Amino acid sequence: MAEINRTIQPEIKSVDRIDLFEPKQITLDNGIPVYLIDTGTQELIKIDFIFNAGKWYEEQLLLADFTNNMLKEGTKNYTSQEIAEKIDYYGAHLETSTGSDIASVSLYTLNKYLENVICVVEDVIKNPVFPKKELTTFIQNKKQEFLINNEKVRHIASRMFNKQIFGSGHPYGKTAVIDNFNKVTSEALAAYHIKHYTHLDCKIIVSGMIPANLTSILNSHFGGKSPSSTEIKKEKGNIEIMPEGVKLHIKKANAVQSAIRIGRPLFSKIHPDFLKLKVVNTVLGGYFGSRLMTNIREDKGYTYGIGSAIVSLRNSGYFFIASEVGSDVTDLAINEIYNEIEKLQQEKVGIEELNLVRNYLLGSMLRDFDGPFPIAESFKSVLEYGLSSDYFQNYIDTIKSITPEEIRNLAQKYFNKNDLYELIVG
Amino acid sequence: MIHFDKFILKNGLRVIVHKDKSTPIVAVNILYDVGARYEDPEKTGFAHLFEHLMFGGSKNIPKYDEPLEKAGGENNAFTNNDITNYYLTIPKQNIELAFWLESDRMNNLAFSKKSLEVQRNVVIEEFKQSYLNQPYGDVWLLLRPLAFKVHPYRWSTIGKEISHIENATMGDVKTFYKKFYNPDKAIITIAGDIETDEIKVLAEKWFGPISSGKVNNNKTIPKEPKQTEARVLTVERDVPFDSIYKAYHMCARRDKDYYTSDLISDILSNGDSSRLYLKLVKERQIFSEINAFISGDFDEGMFIFSGKLIKGVSVEDGEKALNKEINKLKEVIISKVDLAKVKNKIESTLEFSEMSVLNKAMNLSFSELLGDANLINQEIDYYNAVTKEDIHRVANEIFRNENCSTLYYLAKRDGGN
Repeated sequence: MAEINRTIQPEIKSVDRIDLFEPKQITLDNGIPVYLIDTGTQELIKIDFIFNAGKWYEEQLLLADFTNNMLKEGTKNYTSQEIAEKIDYYGAHLETSTGSDIASVSLYTLNKYLENVICVVEDVIKNPVFPKKELTTFIQNKKQEFLINNEKVRHIASRMFNKQIFGSGHPYGKTAVIDNFNKVTSEALAAYHIKHYTHLDCKIIVSGMIPANLTSILNSHFGGKSPSSTEIKKEKGNIEIMPEGVKLHIKKANAVQSAIRIGRPLFSKIHPDFLKLKVVNTVLGGYFGSRLMTNIREDKGYTYGIGSAIVSLRNSGYFFIASEVGSDVTDLAINEIYNEIEKLQQEKVGIEELNLVRNYLLGSMLRDFDGPFPIAESFKSVLEYGLSSDYFQNYIDTIKSITPEEIRNLAQKYFNKNDLYELIVG
Repeated sequence: MIHFDKFILKNGLRVIVHKDKSTPIVAVNILYDVGARYEDPEKTGFAHLFEHLMFGGSKNIPKYDEPLEKAGGENNAFTNNDITNYYLTIPKQNIELAFWLESDRMNNLAFSKKSLEVQRNVVIEEFKQSYLNQPYGDVWLLLRPLAFKVHPYRWSTIGKEISHIENATMGDVKTFYKKFYNPDKAIITIAGDIETDEIKVLAEKWFGPISSGKVNNNKTIPKEPKQTEARVLTVERDVPFDSIYKAYHMCARRDKDYYTSDLISDILSNGDSSRLYLKLVKERQIFSEINAFISGDFDEGMFIFSGKLIKGVSVEDGEKALNKEINKLKEVIISKVDLAKVKNKIESTLEFSEMSVLNKAMNLSFSELLGDANLINQEIDYYNAVTKEDIHRVANEIFRNENCSTLYYLAKRDGGN
């Protein structure tokens, strides 16, 4: 066999086409919009029920999260155990999640069992009763979990950093302490549920190989009106961000690593600079070959991992760099982080590096639209902003068109050392 | 049903191809038959350290990640006690790049001094991050040597101690590579919208010229002798709550009873209706969390319980309550409904796992290493064949006191409480 010339790299072809899936929209009898992502190879679906019921709306700490978590702990027609038995018996999976702005309930099921489990999901969403006994157990376990997490530098850092940059009076900055757990009552959860889990405030995304009778199933279980049918104006308007301390160090005895957070409040994904800034962030710390990773892990060996991200919240957003580094090299690592930021502000990104980042991001987009569940996730991430597939097309265009000058200018505009907050835990 | 083709190159490399037209992404999974169980007891953590070095550049490719990212690809790898597994996804038009990348590092790794130095540090930080700087982080470093006295499963993939990683020399690393990173020790699976004929050409072109391993490494792994008496270890650590870990020896991955054991762990602890959760967390409020799971090791492995106690409950009471649930499985044959439930869950899990080409590629490589790639399609039948009586029999075989190693991991009491 002829020896092959391994010095010649096979030619790389750019991603020239990304099939942005356009969900089909239908409306239930009560007006709930349903987005159908009908694709996939297996006879199964995921149904996401999405409500404006995230932390932003809670008047009392933990209510949003606890209400969402406790939905499946007992309803008008089923006990907590009966719900679990039914879901498990049919091999289904019921997932609840609470974010900063939205809270959701997701059902994963094989199509053949959809009708067996949907009535349970209906009761979970519409008729939870938040039994006192279940709540007591839940609070006890959550408190223990909280105290364990409080021993992890990474956990302390992510909780405290939001407080630091938004302020403890801000809905995105407030953080629970152990006392807050004891103050949650069944009545408060029931009230939060009635107010926020209504048909007026619900969106549904269905993804997978969608069965023909789906619309009628959804209509018969979710097409009716909620008891409290007056739409509540829930937008709080602007709440002032009041950061607490530019540089904070939370001591943790005997820690062999420190958790580092560096960043600042920004804006949501509807801001005109958001998409461009995502590309800037990718260069800095958004992928394995990023500058932070290359310098601080692959060159210096200070950490197992370092990364940065731009996070969009409905009424704000933030940029942050996160890492856990050896306690003895914390200062050195922080210096290198600032060096990388300065370099981005002073020198234009080389065209080779920019092309790499472009292709990497386009490849990521391809993965984000590969299969029903990733498509549903992508779509869910823009739905709450009232955006559609155009957003992703804009992102593709931004990735392809952004220039080295723009990247440098954006780094200068948004990553000034004077505007950045710093937190060390360890 | 996952259809696939399989062929073997002259140098012993096994190639599996699975066609899935539904995706623009191709997954490439390359599994090396080397894990921590092949390590020298004085040089542990090597398989994993080596996984890091595989990204440190090969003869013709100074940085592995760079061309891949340029091609819109993404990759990662993991090491466990049995295997080291590398995987990537890439837009299908760039599939040949994956062959170029993977064949160059199989053929000729660069072994730069710098890469070894840096990755030693990175792995030491990983050791700290995952095992030392976390509450309960060192559980596996304690439980493994308690349960295994002879078999290399007695150490964790990360290594017994940091010094083993610190002391790794270039000579050690090169020997390891020669011994294990050969085509006859690897299984590569390609899954996506591709044709077998096209993969055959690429595989021959890039992997064909690599010579198979010359070092005879048919080292037999020492078999763990049967445990004859209960083992107990008690430690105190700076953690908020007491916890209990129990490890029972169980059958090997290729044993028929593996499937029965897996279902037993599901009955005990898969889902909110599972026995341990219902009884011990919800009803009796003895544990804040409790799990039962199997290690899934190739050789005889472990059936593990891990539970964190509610503050104020003693470990003795916790263990008693846990034993009561374990004994129930030994004494009472489970109901038809309970068995149907865990089988339905398996069916569903397998169906959902077939949604991603990467998952399928990984599972095909792994099944092939177990003896036959087609195992991926047969396992559902093995699970379905398990009877109530099998559950009863295997529970009685595994859950014997003298087969168990128990770790009491206690919160340090301040001031002589």
